[in-house]
Amino acid sequence: MPRLVSHPDEVKIVTRRFGMGAAEIDRYIELGGYESTRKCLEKGPEFIIAEMKASGLRGRGGAGFPTGLKWSFVPKVSVKPKYVLVNGDESEPGTCKDHLIFLHDPHAVIEGTIIAGLAIGSKMGFIYLRGEYRYLIQIMEKAVADAYAKGFLGKNIFGSETEFQVVVQTGAGAYEVGEESALMESLEGKRGVPRIKPPFPAVVGLYGGPTVINNAETIASVPHIFAMGGAAYAAVGSERNGGTRLFGLSGHIARPGIYELPMGYSLRKMIYEVGGGIRGGRALKAVVPGGSSTPVLLPSEIDIGMDFDQVGKAGSMLGSGAVVVLDDQTCIVEFALRTISFYAHESCGWCIPCREGTDWLKKSLTRFHAGFGTMKDIDNIQYLAENMMGRTFCPLGDAAAMPTIGFVKKFRKEFEEHLGGKPCPFAKHVEVALV
Amino acid sequence: MTTETMSIFSPKLAARLDALVQRYPLKRSALIPMLLYAQDEIGYLSDAVIDEVAARIGITPLEVRNVATYYSMLRFKPAGKYNLQVCTNISCMLRGGYDIFDHIQERLGIGHKGVTPDGLFSLEEVECIGVCCWAPAMQVNYDFHDELTADSVDQILANYRAKAGDPQNA
Repeated sequence: MPRLVSHPDEVKIVTRRFGMGAAEIDRYIELGGYESTRKCLEKGPEFIIAEMKASGLRGRGGAGFPTGLKWSFVPKVSVKPKYVLVNGDESEPGTCKDHLIFLHDPHAVIEGTIIAGLAIGSKMGFIYLRGEYRYLIQIMEKAVADAYAKGFLGKNIFGSETEFQVVVQTGAGAYEVGEESALMESLEGKRGVPRIKPPFPAVVGLYGGPTVINNAETIASVPHIFAMGGAAYAAVGSERNGGTRLFGLSGHIARPGIYELPMGYSLRKMIYEVGGGIRGGRALKAVVPGGSSTPVLLPSEIDIGMDFDQVGKAGSMLGSGAVVVLDDQTCIVEFALRTISFYAHESCGWCIPCREGTDWLKKSLTRFHAGFGTMKDIDNIQYLAENMMGRTFCPLGDAAAMPTIGFVKKFRKEFEEHLGGKPCPFAKHVEVALV
Repeated sequence: MTTETMSIFSPKLAARLDALVQRYPLKRSALIPMLLYAQDEIGYLSDAVIDEVAARIGITPLEVRNVATYYSMLRFKPAGKYNLQVCTNISCMLRGGYDIFDHIQERLGIGHKGVTPDGLFSLEEVECIGVCCWAPAMQVNYDFHDELTADSVDQILANYRAKAGDPQNA
């Protein structure tokens, strides 16, 4: 069972009910649950969208798109049914925040789904969890069944004239399905390949109907926004970045775990105070600030606030809020190789720059790490990665290229140290399979 | 539907699958869950499983295969009774994921995608399983085991062996 951690700097909003037995519906109600949904049902879609915009909530999946704005794009009138989709495919390496949300507070996800449905005039929502999360799927399914039994879901939710149905769906192992249009394909019983955009999901989404798709953390934040008020939620965070974020500290950190901190919280403090510094008192070598696809930051670059804009300005991305910490004993070439191996494995194969690019980068880095690289390879790796950027239908190509470019640019010297048949100065796990 | 009499699945699973296709605006949305639940019972996606799932959805077996081959959790040959899926992705790697994987390889005498001769264990090196903050981690079938050490892995293996030897779990 994943351990819960705590730090005095945390502002517990989304994690407020963690560890309090809130997966049980009666306990959840006792803790103030479903009040936000009642309020939204009474006040209607315009109130919901205005409040969401005021909250400054931005998509927690990684793109950081303002949620209220996203919801407002859905046409009011539609011939086809509209849908709400919750993305719990959580697969970006380093990321395990939604895991805790499903485990400790499944009803918050249901509430957020209903409220999103009320905002856009949808009668049906899907909560899609990655297949590996079977025990969490069972928790979600029980929570949904309990909500039906209470009359919070169904034909007449809370005794009103409004209908809302929720289905919990299992995936079966695919990172790419975390991309919004690929998730829709998967939910329609197909291979999880992305769709060409436009049209965007808000206009043509699941089953061809207008669809709102949000990350599970985004959705779980929604009931809390209505409990405390949009403006109060916004005030917790930094400029244009409302609220808190579930930051996941992993890697060579002394106290790994999920910490809920205000948006804009200092990365340096996050590592050295909240996370207790580097494990074993070692020195920091690098930080991957927002999941494996985000470009690496050097120790000299950690004096930034962790919000979408500030991390963007520092040349990386806030992504999924998964902060992976690397100590001075880490081989960057090996780390780059493990990262690109993941993307090569997960590329759906539809777009050639991604399918061939990730595989080629993996081969080059494998050879390089084994000590058979040449000086020219370093430039070629960067050149190849740069030419994948922006040339694919979905962001997986970019997600693979961006960290690779970052590693080569910022740790070129370490790449050079692997030249000339020299064994890797750090790693024990040299891949011997040459290609 | 005739599957009631012809189904290769247990009555319980057959009933579950009957209910599953009713949940969606389009039947085909049941495909991926159906394959996974069928695999849980049968052990893998045999030709018979694929044929029955295809019939239930109303698509061809080839279409089912086309979809099934995309998803990494779906398999076309049997795994061990306990399928060990060890994560070696970045967060686990930094905390010794490869050492755990090597340790299990040594203990069981099998490699990636191998099955022990007695069919008790199989081993896979997998991508991120979403327990990064409690690394290194693995999944045994659907159960998570986190903050692994060589010693805890030995204990986990012993527990599964004991469980398999127990007639109640045989």
